[in-house]
Amino acid sequence: MNTATVTSQASVSERAKAVAAALILGFVLIYTVGFAASANVHNAAHDTRHGLAFPCH
Amino acid sequence: MVARVLTVSILAGLLAGLLISALQHVTTTPLILKAETYEAALRVQGAPMQAAFTGEARIQLAHNDPKAGAEHTGEHEWKPQDGLQRTAFTSLVTIATAIGFAALLLAGMIAANEQIDQRTALAWAICGFLAFGLAPAMGLAPELPGSAAAELQQRQLWWLLTAVVTAGALFVFLRVEASWARALAVLALLLPHLIGVPHPAAPESKVPAEIAAHFAALSLAIQAALWLVTGFAVGVLWPWLARRSAATAVA
Repeated sequence: MNTATVTSQASVSERAKAVAAALILGFVLIYTVGFAASANVHNAAHDTRHGLAFPCH
Repeated sequence: MVARVLTVSILAGLLAGLLISALQHVTTTPLILKAETYEAALRVQGAPMQAAFTGEARIQLAHNDPKAGAEHTGEHEWKPQDGLQRTAFTSLVTIATAIGFAALLLAGMIAANEQIDQRTALAWAICGFLAFGLAPAMGLAPELPGSAAAELQQRQLWWLLTAVVTAGALFVFLRVEASWARALAVLALLLPHLIGVPHPAAPESKVPAEIAAHFAALSLAIQAALWLVTGFAVGVLWPWLARRSAATAVA
C-alpha cells in the first residue's frame, strides 16, 4: 500500500482535465473581478481593483 | 483530481481572501476613501482634466459621491452603499480574486507536474506575485481614484501581457537549463517594459503625492501577502486532501 505513488502518479489525461478546470476557474474569476467593463461589476469591485492594482478607470 | 482542484482553490482562496480583506480594511481602503474626497472636489471644480479621460473611463469616474456623481454626469448606476455594504462587496471580491489566483497557481503547478507542498507552493506564489503584482506595477503603479491615466483598455491589455509574459519567462528561466533559453527569458522579462506602458499625456492627479506613494507601497505589500497566504494555504490543503482521498481509496 504505497500511498505516495497513488497520489503522485495521476494520469496525464486526469492532469490535463485538472489544469483545464483550474485555468477556467482562475481566468473567469480574475477577469470578472479585475477587468469586466460592466459598470455594476466595476462599482462592486472598485476598492479591490484599486487595492490590488488592477487597472481601474 | 478536478474536484480536489476546485475544493483547494475555493478553501485556500476563502482563507487568504478573508485575511487579506481584513488587512485591506485597515490599510488600502481608508486611503481610497480619502482620495475620493479629492476626486469629488476635483469634479465640483468643473474638472478640466476630465478631458484626459475617454469613453468608459469618464463614465466610471462617477462613483462614491452620490450627489456630485449624479449632478455632473447624470449617471444613476448601482453601487454599493458606503459602510457595511461597500466593505462586504470589497471583501467578497477580494476572496474571489484569491480563489482565482489559487486556481491559476494550481493550474501552473499541475501542468508542470510539480509536487505540491508548502515549500513548492510558496515558491510558486512568490513567482505569482512577481508576475501578476510587481512586474505590472512597474509600468502601472497602483493608483488611487482621481489619478490621471491613459485609456483603460490599453492599460488592461498591457497589464495582461506583462503578467503572462513575466510568468512564462520566470518558468523558462527556472526550469530550462540551456543558456540560450535563459537569455531569451531575460529578454522576455524586459520586453513589456521596453514596449512601454500607455501613459497619460500629462500627470494631473490632485491626490497629494504622499498619499499616493503610501498607497502604492501598501498595495504592493498587500498583493504580496495575498499571494503568499494563498500559496501557503494551497500547500497545506492540497497534500491534506490528497492523503484523505488516498486513505478512502485504500479503505
